[in-house]
Amino acid sequence: MSTAYPLPSGLSPATVTNTASLIRIVTLALISGAAIASRLFAVINFESIIHEFDPWFNFRATKVLASQGFYEFWNWFDPTAWYPLGRVVGGTIYPGLMATSGVIYNILHALNLPVDIRNICVLLAPGFSALTAWATYMFTKELKDESAGLLAAAFIGIAPGYISRSVAGSYDNEAIAIFLLMFTFYCWIKALKQGSAFFGMLAGVFYFYMVAAWGGYAFITNMIPLHALTLILMGRFTSRLYVGYSSWYAIGTLASMQVPFVGFQPVKTSEHMAALGVFGLLQIIAFAQLVRSHLSSKQFQNLLFVAVIGSGILGSLAIVGLTYKGWIAPWTGRFYSLWDTGYAKKYIPIIASVSEHQPTAWPSFFMDLQLLMFLFPAGVFLCFKQLRDEHVFVIIYAVVGSYFAGVMVRLMLTLTPVVCVSAAVALSTLLDTYIDPVEPLVPEEAAPPASGDDSTTTSASGSKKAKKPAAGPSEPTTAQSTPKPRSRPGIFGLDARLVVIFNAFGMLSFFVFHCTWVTSNAYSSPSVVLASANPDGSQHIIDDFREAYYWLRQNTPETSVVMSWWDYGYQIAGMADRPTLVDNNTWNNTHIATVGKAMSSTEEVAYPILRKHDVDYVLVIFGGLIGYSGDDINKFLWMVRIAQGVWPDEIQEPNYFTPHGEYRVDDQASTTMKNSLMYKMSYYRFAELFGGGQAMDRVRNQAMPKQGPTLDYLDEAFTSENWIVRIFQVKKEDLLGRDLKSANAFSQGKKRKRSKPTTRRRAMV
Amino acid sequence: MAKSTSSSPAQTTVVQTLWKAYNDQTPDRLKFVDAFLFFLMLSGVVQFAYCVLVTNFPFNAFLAGFSSTVGQFVLTASLRSQVNPENKDEFKEVSPERAFADYVLGSIVLHFFVFNFLG
Repeated sequence: MSTAYPLPSGLSPATVTNTASLIRIVTLALISGAAIASRLFAVINFESIIHEFDPWFNFRATKVLASQGFYEFWNWFDPTAWYPLGRVVGGTIYPGLMATSGVIYNILHALNLPVDIRNICVLLAPGFSALTAWATYMFTKELKDESAGLLAAAFIGIAPGYISRSVAGSYDNEAIAIFLLMFTFYCWIKALKQGSAFFGMLAGVFYFYMVAAWGGYAFITNMIPLHALTLILMGRFTSRLYVGYSSWYAIGTLASMQVPFVGFQPVKTSEHMAALGVFGLLQIIAFAQLVRSHLSSKQFQNLLFVAVIGSGILGSLAIVGLTYKGWIAPWTGRFYSLWDTGYAKKYIPIIASVSEHQPTAWPSFFMDLQLLMFLFPAGVFLCFKQLRDEHVFVIIYAVVGSYFAGVMVRLMLTLTPVVCVSAAVALSTLLDTYIDPVEPLVPEEAAPPASGDDSTTTSASGSKKAKKPAAGPSEPTTAQSTPKPRSRPGIFGLDARLVVIFNAFGMLSFFVFHCTWVTSNAYSSPSVVLASANPDGSQHIIDDFREAYYWLRQNTPETSVVMSWWDYGYQIAGMADRPTLVDNNTWNNTHIATVGKAMSSTEEVAYPILRKHDVDYVLVIFGGLIGYSGDDINKFLWMVRIAQGVWPDEIQEPNYFTPHGEYRVDDQASTTMKNSLMYKMSYYRFAELFGGGQAMDRVRNQAMPKQGPTLDYLDEAFTSENWIVRIFQVKKEDLLGRDLKSANAFSQGKKRKRSKPTTRRRAMV
Repeated sequence: MAKSTSSSPAQTTVVQTLWKAYNDQTPDRLKFVDAFLFFLMLSGVVQFAYCVLVTNFPFNAFLAGFSSTVGQFVLTASLRSQVNPENKDEFKEVSPERAFADYVLGSIVLHFFVFNFLG
């Protein structure tokens, strides 16, 4: 037989399979290593620190779990959050993440490895990313073969779309959830393919783990029924489908109700009804199949058909009826906002205000997935060509995932796995075609097993040269598809092969460079610690947040309540260990609106609110001095909107704009804006910093007025090095019963006769 | 509805033929499984009727009991279809022994959660 390049002969098939599986294992290990290593930029560039906002709460909860045990954690009531309401933490969280770290912590300590809980938390996400790579490998293997699986594992290991949520230190639910997502899907596909109750049960158990770990479990809850329903509608009902789905649903649903935060939702809310409906439908169909197997007459089959449709309609009517009667809760707002992108902004500003809930800009698809984005449609097309049950699943997942990723930035995360899988299918098909050494149109060569072995050998040994993981394990397909080349067109000669393969490897290496660059530059910042460059190019660390939080921790009584916008609630609780009014849990919209109202009204209006909530310190984030754009003035309009949602008479958004409709902070700013507490706190004494020169807000690029705002009801307590965090102390009521404004005016009037600077120094206390 | 158009004597004959065909064609093992399925269905119906008619007060207990019957029902039904000789081609990778092992394991996991949920 003619081959494009010489093949070594005389290798036994056993040697070939063994070598191939050894190479696979080594490749998977290397992929895991790469996945973990690329997530360590954050630790290397900064330090081993918990990132962002939510991870700080998870970290704090994990510390409770590690130090006080699981039962204490389960019953934990946190009186310092949502002051004065408190928060039942055990019943309002997904405990999977903390439980996972707790288990790891206890195992390591049982082995006498005294690892700090913080390091476990920091490194949990990279560790699980290796498992995700493995789960994706298993999943893709079911779709195509091992070589595609390895490609998919390599892709998911370094794709920025997933790295963005799983760098070291980003200790959030998503860190373990994507692994659970992929593994549940793998178990489901496996259960469906084999009709195995074991894999169905495994899917149920991992679904439970997923429910315990992330609110995004609803994605699985609806994906699997959707897949099952599509298969039924395609006329592909089999007993395997029944076995897989029923065992998954029966165990998974019951298990999911064990999580206190989920509770009875699986039987009471509309989000979960699709799964229940498909479950019921499957029972009916299975029963109908059973009856049909015992009956022969066509008339009765028609009768059964009518009965099945009738009961299906009856079932859905019952669900609708129950929804109307209030037994089943209708869709929640979060769900509506997925269909109507304008919904959240109108009705639930608190959801719309979160930056990761914004619609995705198209460059971010390229940024997060680069090459994979172009291979994705090709992979989906290849799924259409085969269209086995599992391919239907990938197609549905691709459609649903793409839609959701377009609606919300954060859902890019759920799209990434399917993109990696389909891109791997596409690329590995390409490589299979072009690495396959068999030349077409040689009909007289009729020795399929021999040629299969030979081709296998070549690619296996050839993988030493090709450093990409794809090349090594792509041979099983070649072996499988050997009988086909005779009937279908193939590739002639070595040059055509080399051109394509060289190009593919070129693109893959650019992908690797891109991923590394994006990871190190865009996704590895802890956001608690900021980095900037010195004039000589060296790194300069801006550590204002921790400076301020530690100031609070060390200089204020432990009971003093700190008010800030909800973004910083978890950080204050985690780093400063002080009670906060609102935090990132955002369960109580009114409470958040109260804070928003205090921030956006005048001092006179805000002061009673502050006093009623026992607020001792108010913390604002101000980036005007060094150009930190994520500051409170930029978030201010959301505070106004959320407050307006509750007090439409007192707070009106248009008042905060100039008559021309601009959002300004300089002399043209509206009076309401200038008198708002947030504005005053942010720019208090800002102009003085410039020593008579023109004060510039470097975030908004506006020149500030010479005469800055004055504060009567608050005292500046602390301002960090770069002015990012400013902390103000709320004054107590005047001892003589005057309102603080007149008291201040009085004391200032007296002081002015003596000397001005003393007043200022007093104010700094 | 098609059901109402067909006359009642015809329906009884349908049921009779069905019952006869079932009795003739089903192996004894499967009949045994079916008896258990029937019992589970009755148990589920009784629990559901109790919940609707009397009270659903410890809702978690009701859910646990009801899920236990439903879960056991579907697991048993799965076992039935897996060991059914007619389905041999569909379940190539699941031998009857494997099916029974899966069934036992699934039941244990199910009842672990049921027990945890009874409260």
